[in-house]
Amino acid sequence: MNIFIKHKDIFGFVLLAVMVIILPVFVKNKYYFIVLNVIGLNTIVAVGLNLLIGFAGQISLGHAAFYGLGSYFSGILTVNYGFPLWPAMLLGMLATGVVAYLIGYPALKLRGHYLVMATLGFGIIVHFLMGELDQFTGGHDGLMGIPHLSVGGLLFDTDLKNFYLIWGFVFLSMLAARNILNSRVGRALRAIHGSEVAANSLGVNTADYKVKVFVLSAMFASVSGSLYAHYITFISPGSYDFYYSIQVVTMVIVGGMGSLWGSLFGAGILTLISEALHVAKQYHVIAYGVFLCLVLVFLPEGILAGIYNFFVRKKTQKLLT
Amino acid sequence: MIMDFSQQIAQYIITGLTIGAIYAIVAMGFNIIHNATGIVNFAQCEFISLGGMFMYSLVVLFKVNLVVSFILSMTGVALIGALIEIGPIRHARSKDIIILIFLTIGISEVIRGSAQEIWGSDNVGVPSFSGDAPIHLLGGATIVPQHIWVFAITVLVMLMLRYFFKRTLMGKAMRATAVNRRAAALTGICVNRMILFSFAFSGALGAVAGMIIAPISTTSYDTGIMLGLKGFAAAILGGYGNFAGAILGGIILGVLESLGAGLISSQYKDAIAFFVLLLVLFLKPTGIMGYGESERV
Repeated sequence: MNIFIKHKDIFGFVLLAVMVIILPVFVKNKYYFIVLNVIGLNTIVAVGLNLLIGFAGQISLGHAAFYGLGSYFSGILTVNYGFPLWPAMLLGMLATGVVAYLIGYPALKLRGHYLVMATLGFGIIVHFLMGELDQFTGGHDGLMGIPHLSVGGLLFDTDLKNFYLIWGFVFLSMLAARNILNSRVGRALRAIHGSEVAANSLGVNTADYKVKVFVLSAMFASVSGSLYAHYITFISPGSYDFYYSIQVVTMVIVGGMGSLWGSLFGAGILTLISEALHVAKQYHVIAYGVFLCLVLVFLPEGILAGIYNFFVRKKTQKLLT
Repeated sequence: MIMDFSQQIAQYIITGLTIGAIYAIVAMGFNIIHNATGIVNFAQCEFISLGGMFMYSLVVLFKVNLVVSFILSMTGVALIGALIEIGPIRHARSKDIIILIFLTIGISEVIRGSAQEIWGSDNVGVPSFSGDAPIHLLGGATIVPQHIWVFAITVLVMLMLRYFFKRTLMGKAMRATAVNRRAAALTGICVNRMILFSFAFSGALGAVAGMIIAPISTTSYDTGIMLGLKGFAAAILGGYGNFAGAILGGIILGVLESLGAGLISSQYKDAIAFFVLLLVLFLKPTGIMGYGESERV
């Protein structure tokens, strides 16, 4: 039992890998794969963002911009300049990290809501530039003809192949996040989350760690953005607006702040709900808002943990009476 | 030619001051709720839209007297603000700042979606408070009466807020709550009621901003988003929570944006405002008049 508890997240990773591998045996519909791929891409962004929200206690309302930077770096470098694909992706990730550092460094030195504003403003500027710098980005018409990724002779050109590619990255990013959280950095982050003052007094440079984790979360988003660009092969500014930023934060909160598996769950359920709500057409926004409010008011610890706590509490109440 | 240019600049500055006054009022709304609760209330954006749309419905659709409409709209939005506090904000099971901020985003989506259902997505006009005949100023710039209304009402609102917070018992109680909630409660101030008032106040302020700008720029169900976000930017620019900073931040943002739009390109208008903000945050992260937030243990 002890070993099981100690390694229960390893058990989770194995389960995830097995599910990803055998899922295509049961699912044949192309549409389901598109949805699953979108869930995967959102999960990568949400996992990165969760490091920031769940452990550094800061909100970013500009992750659409980092996601977009990844997409556009990959798109522009490969289409306009004939860059090799994987180096372009890596370069995009590093460049996004540098940009995030410049945004986050001043804002995270302070307590309060400065990062919210800085990222919000940055998101709006980047979204605007995507539309305006049309000689590079293709403007509002978007950028077409982005090549599919390939490894050796294997070209990722179908939804199924991209399913394996994207979920491979989901697996890797979750593993990376888990290892970061179990390392010295992760312990420092958890200490900050517990009490910033206490962490500071124990020699944890809180501002420094917050900036680092912000940069890291931006890089996660960038990788996901690159994968998106190479998967869809077409990008336009519409995918990277303020609402996407809000949506990914919502995924993290609904899944449970500070829970890696929660991010997977949050990305899954919110992507599915958005898909399902397309039926509701004009009531989409209201329904989404009501859902968000209900979860935040009644299950602030996230849907999974909230339901779990609800039943456990009921049980303990029964025992007490 | 030189005369023409200075005339143009004067015109841009007048426009900038007008829009800056709006940002300042909105920033005040953000600050009041921030000081009472520590959160960013994104529903502030919807207060602006609702103010404009209520005004449109009453004045244009129901032909109600202008002054009566103004007061009714303001009261209506203040009530909605109060309801937001009494309902979801007060009953939220977690008082975590992040949760509450996102709750306000959820609430604003519900309001925006409902507003779109009620009024549709079209931009609608509201008549000016006193005609549209331009008034010529010294130096050749012109000003529309509505701009004067915006200034006058903004100044009046600021004076009233100042009087309220400095002179009245309730205002002092709200300030005490902002400084230290627990200490305020210990002196017998009903903290919950102060938070309720702060939401109603912000609602009223947002509504005023939406109503006085509507005749100039028309209004729609989502007109408040950009105005609201820039009002938030103005609040941060001035130093979050600082009232004088809100006014200064609003005016600086409005004037720079207007000059940028006029001299560079009107397409760049929105980007300029946020670019200025990022620049200031980079150089002086606490905002122009802010001291940064003190550590709370």
